[in-house]
Amino acid sequence: MIRIANTQFWVHDTEQALDFWTRVVGWEVRADVTMEEWNFRWLVVGPPGQPEVGLVLMPLPGPPMLEADDSEQVAGLVAKGAGGTLFLETDDCRAAYDELAARGVVFNDPPTPQPYGIDTSFRDPSGNNVRLTQVMEFDPARAG
Amino acid sequence: MAVPPARHLLRARDLADRRYAEPLRVADLAQEAGWSPAHFAREFARAFGEPPHQYLLTRRLERAATLLRDTDRPVTEICHAVGLTSLGSFTSSFTRVYGLPPTAYRASFPPARRHVRIPACVAKAYGRPSVSLDGAHKEAPEARPRNGRTRNSGLGTAGSEKRSAAARP
Repeated sequence: MIRIANTQFWVHDTEQALDFWTRVVGWEVRADVTMEEWNFRWLVVGPPGQPEVGLVLMPLPGPPMLEADDSEQVAGLVAKGAGGTLFLETDDCRAAYDELAARGVVFNDPPTPQPYGIDTSFRDPSGNNVRLTQVMEFDPARAG
Repeated sequence: MAVPPARHLLRARDLADRRYAEPLRVADLAQEAGWSPAHFAREFARAFGEPPHQYLLTRRLERAATLLRDTDRPVTEICHAVGLTSLGSFTSSFTRVYGLPPTAYRASFPPARRHVRIPACVAKAYGRPSVSLDGAHKEAPEARPRNGRTRNSGLGTAGSEKRSAAARP
């Protein structure tokens, strides 16, 4: 059996990302190890109550991992919103929205009824997209 | 690594997606990015392939198209609901983008009340036939919508559509 262990976002600033995911969103740090000889930091966060899956906050590497130009290009694409999306689920989209908004998360849409449930979205400081969905029984008429 | 300048452009584009219903102008988007309107418009077009005013307008038209399909709200009201003030320019922009004027576009889809499900309790309350025990029809009560075009928070309308009471319990 193969399972998802961690997923990963490219981030421009690990300290800023760490602050956002822990202090603002309320997640916990799963791992934070710096290997100075590699100029590398392994930083993983995740939601309390779901210890088996984590989100790796990975700074964009320079050479020899990535050419400087490539690194800059990827950073620019993430900043433009062309990075990935993390799809999160919650039991109560409106409550989660209120709680996170009160802590300073700027949402891109209010909790919105969709055929698949109720969802909303926000971005991390780097521009990565996060959808937050309360999954419900599929109903094409729910869209509002 | 410093945050690339494009992050400010994305913040502005997100603002357009979030607050299109308000009287938002390109100057407001530029302010969100923290740049002068001219510089902002140039950089936005370079990053996203279209100028910011066009992005904002197409977002509004997309929302309007959805409301035309899924509600029976009047066109003028939809125009205002998506942040546009001139019905004339709304109609011409909409026609240019969707190939049909708003009313014709709406007519090309099934009426919203055919596919927007009505809660069972509403269907039961409003859908009960108005027949007296001796079999003669009573006058329709004033409160009952005659043409089925009411606006009750997007729930569609029951009206005389007894068979469309396919709402889930």
